[in-house]
This record gives sequence, C-alpha cells and structure tokens, in this order.
Amino acid sequence: MMSAYIDFIRIRFLMMLAYRVNYYSGIVIYAINIGAYYFLWQAIYGDKESLAGFTVAQMTTYVAVSWMARAFYFNNLDREIANEIRDGSVAVQLIRPYSYLFVKMMQGFGEGLFRMLLFMVPGMIVVCLLFPVKLPTDLSTWLIYLVMLFFSFLINSQINILTGLFAFFVENNEGMMRMKRVMVDLFSGVVVPIAFFPGWLSGIMQWLPFQAITYLPSAVFTGRTPSNEIAGVLGLQVVWFLGLLLPIWFVWRTARKRTFVQGG
Amino acid sequence: MRYAELFWEYLKNYAKTRLTYRADFWIEVLSDLLFQGMNLIFILIVFQHTPSLGGWSEAEVVFVYGFFMIPFGIFSTFFSIWNFSERYIVKGEMDRVLTRPAHNLYQVLLENVDPPSLIGSFVGAVIMVICWTQLGLPFHVMDIVMLLVFVIGAVLIYAGLYTALSALSFYSDAPTGIVPLMYNIQNYGRYPVNIYNKMIRFVLTWLLPFAFVGVIPASYFLEQKADDLSRLAWFTPIMGIIVFGLGLAFWNNGVKRYRGAGS
Repeated sequence: MMSAYIDFIRIRFLMMLAYRVNYYSGIVIYAINIGAYYFLWQAIYGDKESLAGFTVAQMTTYVAVSWMARAFYFNNLDREIANEIRDGSVAVQLIRPYSYLFVKMMQGFGEGLFRMLLFMVPGMIVVCLLFPVKLPTDLSTWLIYLVMLFFSFLINSQINILTGLFAFFVENNEGMMRMKRVMVDLFSGVVVPIAFFPGWLSGIMQWLPFQAITYLPSAVFTGRTPSNEIAGVLGLQVVWFLGLLLPIWFVWRTARKRTFVQGG
Repeated sequence: MRYAELFWEYLKNYAKTRLTYRADFWIEVLSDLLFQGMNLIFILIVFQHTPSLGGWSEAEVVFVYGFFMIPFGIFSTFFSIWNFSERYIVKGEMDRVLTRPAHNLYQVLLENVDPPSLIGSFVGAVIMVICWTQLGLPFHVMDIVMLLVFVIGAVLIYAGLYTALSALSFYSDAPTGIVPLMYNIQNYGRYPVNIYNKMIRFVLTWLLPFAFVGVIPASYFLEQKADDLSRLAWFTPIMGIIVFGLGLAFWNNGVKRYRGAGS
C-alpha cells in the first residue's frame, strides 16, 4: 500500500518536471522579491545597528532564507482540493481505495521535492551571489534547519488542506483561499519577522501555527535563536503538526457526511 | 453601444449567480478588506521601528497606499482573470468565447467581473482623505481632475500588464506560475522607489511600471521630495495607454495563435 502512496510523490515530481520552465522565471521573480525586501529593510534600518534583536546582516540572511523556504513549502493544495470539490471529481476520489487527504499530502510532497531541487537550491545560489547573505558554517544548524523546513512544509500543507476542505461548506471559498495566502505570508514572518510585531500582536502569534512555517526555522538558521532554545522551537513545530491533525480529521469527517456533488 | 448593453446583461447574470451563494459574497468582501488590512499592518509595523522610510513619513506612505487602493479596486473588479489559463485554456472554454462576435477579451472580462472589489476603492479613498487632512495638504479642485486622470492611467497600467500575463498562456501551453508571483512584485510600487537600487527602480518604473500605480502619481499630491518623483506623475496616463496598448496587442496576437486544447 505504501508503495502506491510513494508513487504519488514520484508522479507529481515528474509532472512538475514537465513544467519546469515556469520555475526558471520563478527564480528571477523570487530574486526580485528578495531584492525589494532587502532594500526596504536597508531603508528601515537606516544607520541603526540592530532592530528587534536582528542585526542588518542577520536580517539580510533572514529575508533570503525565508523567501527561499517559501519557494519550497508553497503549494496549491487548497486550490486543488477546492476545485475537485467544486467540479465534483472528489466523489470519484472518495470511492477509490486510498486516503484522499494522504494522497494530497503525498502529491504536495512530490511538488515540494521538485521545488526544493529545481527552485529553492538554484534560487539560493543565485541570491547568495547577488546579496550579502551569510550562511551558517556548522553542519548541525543545517541539519536542524532541514528538519524544521520539513515541518514547515507539513504545517503549511495542513493549513492548505483545511482551507481547501472548506469548499465542502461554502461552495466557493476563493476569498478564503486568498485570505489564507496573505495571512500565511504576513503571520508566518516571510515579510516581517514576528519579533518586529507590536507586543500584543506577537503575543497572539505565539498561539497560532503560522510562526512555525517560516519564522521559527529562519530564526534558527540566521542564528537569532540561542542554541539552548532550538529543541523547544522544534518541539513547538511537532506540537503544531500533531495539533492540526485534529481539526483536519474533524472537518473531513463532517464534510463527507454532508457531501453533495453539484452537477458533474 | 452594443457593448454597453452586453455589459448590463452580464451584470444581471452575475447578480443572479451570486445571489445563489449569498454568504460567499460577504466572505469575499471581508477577505478583500482583510487582504488590504494586512498590507496596512505591514506599513504600520515598519514605522514602529523607524520614523521615516527614505524620507517619507508614515502618513505619506499610508497616503500612497490609499491612492493605490483606488485603481487596484477598479482593476480587480473588471480584470479578475487570475484563473484565465486554467479555465479558458486548459479547460477549453476559450473555444466557446471565440465563436461569438463580441471581442473575446471583453467577453472574458465580463464573465469574470467582480464588483465586491470596488469596496476596496472606497476604503482607499477614505484613507486618502484621512491622510490628506492629517498631513494638512492644500486642496484644489484641480486635484480631483488629476486624481481621476491618474486613477484611469493606473488602472490601464494594471490592465495592460495582467492582460499580457494572461495572454502568456496562449504562447506556452503549461499553466504559468507567474501570475501569483507578480502579485508580490506589484506591492513594491507602493513604497518610495528611491529606497531601491537603480536596477529595481528602473524595473518598477519602466519595465513593470508598478511605481506608476502607487508612489509616482500619489507624490503629485504630497510635498516635494528631494528627488521629486512628482515630475514623473504626468507620465501616468501616457504609460497607461502604452502599457494597455502593448498588453492588448500581445493578447490579440496570442488569440491568433490559439489552437484549442483538444479533448
């Protein structure tokens, strides 16, 4: 059975490979994105040495790493699921002998693997050449970062799946998906590290899963998180991964009961 | 004239379909406003850590954002073609559009018209007025005329760029991932462009002229800055016509190459 699921990873990877040309332009656009934020932050820092515990150099690395992490964990699982619900093909998926959501996760992972190898890694090389990005030198930081990045992917995909599943309840959840994208970008810390948020807002963020997607791993990678806290931060990601399984399971159960297929 | 009639018919049709899913309408309005709110939050967060951004104060940057929301709202209402490649090319709906006599882009746009986005324009106007009084800017009747000209120019720039982007799917058969990414780049036109280096500045001003949708025309109303961006403000309508013309030409040429997806 497991081999069938692994095949989903392979198939999605190969499918993405067929469309790889799109991602060359993606690298350019991400580089521009990073560049724009790099200059924006330079202007914000002015001649200040450090803000909210980030030095200018750390901030540059943070911006680059966060965007490149996004290049990896980003996927459109929400849209895929919503579309399948809306056009009714989810009905066919439901009668197949596999777990629909697990298949989606596997497809997402296939896409993630592709994005990592052909988007994130070359993108990172380009960005390191263009901007003064300082990568950590010890191997253990890299290893921990990779593990955390994997959890970023899991948590982001879980949020995507949850958003997508809402199509069962509202028929058209386009607005919701757009909102989710903006929320993830802002609250996960891609555009502003959580440490910069005003106190009350960062207080709220502590209790939401978004920071586990970008902020926590990037803060570890840039060396802002002291090494004795790293285990706790990783633990928080694991907790969120497990915690999000519950609402997904619940929504999925309720959704199947009230499924009605529109047309199709 | 016939096009105006068509417009009205499509709008009636839109109202009918939307009334089927009433709750979604409000969810969409809410999500649109939240989306804009997020961007404002970013500006507010940034200004908690610095009094000025490249010589621009918080009220001025928010003012630019308010201005930006007006053309953006209008654009999103009439050019809501984010899923063009998926719906019209991959699923082949373009064939249906092409069998009808009205111009194909016009039909595609009307099929996707999205009036809730207009609310963003109103909010933008309110933000502009608030900042206007806060900054104590003088007010002339001429300003309203200029505002209209700038807004039209800015809408045309957006329209041209996104028409061209959507038309890309006529040329490459793979659904392109560029559109969502472009969504990020457009944000940078809202910040004072003098903070960027020459390359990005050049791109934002002349290649993907998002600066003409935000900071450049808005600076016309603000106090003069050291680099005096407002001199460029007059180019907004001209850029609008050029960009939209190019976008439309690219689209028309793409339609000629269109072969249908089969199936």
